[in-house]
Amino acid sequence: MKDLKEINSIYFDVLKEIGNIGAGNAATSLARLLNSKISMQVPKVELLNFSDLAGIIAGEEETVVGILIEVTEDITGSMMFFLQMDSAKHLVNKLVPPSDDTEGVFSEMELSALKEIGNIITGAYLSALSGLTNLKVGASIPYLCIDMAAAILSVPAIEFGMFGDEALLIENQLEDEVLINGYFILLPDPDSYDKILGSLGIHI
Amino acid sequence: MAEVIKVGMADLKVSTSPNIVTTLGLGSCVGIALYDPVIKLGGLAHVMLPDSTKIKNNSNKAKFADTGIQELVKLMIAKGASKSRLQAKIAGGAKMFEVSNDLGRIGERNVEATKIMLKKLGIRLIAQDTGLNYGRTVELNCENGEFYIKSVGKPIKIL
Repeated sequence: MKDLKEINSIYFDVLKEIGNIGAGNAATSLARLLNSKISMQVPKVELLNFSDLAGIIAGEEETVVGILIEVTEDITGSMMFFLQMDSAKHLVNKLVPPSDDTEGVFSEMELSALKEIGNIITGAYLSALSGLTNLKVGASIPYLCIDMAAAILSVPAIEFGMFGDEALLIENQLEDEVLINGYFILLPDPDSYDKILGSLGIHI
Repeated sequence: MAEVIKVGMADLKVSTSPNIVTTLGLGSCVGIALYDPVIKLGGLAHVMLPDSTKIKNNSNKAKFADTGIQELVKLMIAKGASKSRLQAKIAGGAKMFEVSNDLGRIGERNVEATKIMLKKLGIRLIAQDTGLNYGRTVELNCENGEFYIKSVGKPIKIL
């Protein structure tokens, strides 16, 4: 198993490109779903020590929405997407009218709308990954978790923790009337790194 | 004045009365609080993975339940604690997402590995709040060994 550091610089570029295409796909699909114009900023890709991850996305104890899908077939691993609460609320309420619930709580309807949004966003990234590498990429249903940022982030941190101390984070900003901050982490199993890079003609 | 000492992910710290040692947002990780009531010395570790021997990149002892607990005990004994007086309280090890793969079981495995190591070292586990599906922020009060657990939308628990 290679250390994450060794393959980082190459993987970094690949991921950036996946982030670019993925964000583009996501903006297009979201615009269609929400029936509004959505623009996007060039994604930022950062290599972070996992202990700093939570602080970047939100305060460690701030409640965020995490969407996890398992990646199957040629590439295995998982993918996570984070939305800040206000961004999630904003997106959801374009699909379903706001509920009377107290602040920070989603109704059943809103939760399923949120899952659908998660599905579309993660799907957009996965098709970017698949398109770029020519590999077959399947996905599980989206799993949703609304909790403290640090607690949700322990999941990818643990996965990265098995072979390094750092994680690559892609920050995407989408914009309709408001700025929507989304963060995306791709966690291929170690063997899948070779496959992703190999498919692009990079052998390490 | 009591100081609040923060323990990061894959990190451990030791402090004395009246200070508080805290770690924010434990998910599938486990927080292990050790306390020596006689000298009012407390220690808190935030471990991420169960077993250091299964992983090549294992230089950070605090990352693993096995080496993390050993290291914390060593540090506390160096500061005058007696192993026989140490009492443990643990929290975390949640299953944040309902996935069925190995990653879904990591919280459970972290808790299991923690208990095994405590037993091996002969340290009494006197309270725990583990598993389920939500995150926890924990605070160890070095003045009395109380262990506070805070979660989103739930009342504070005191162990």
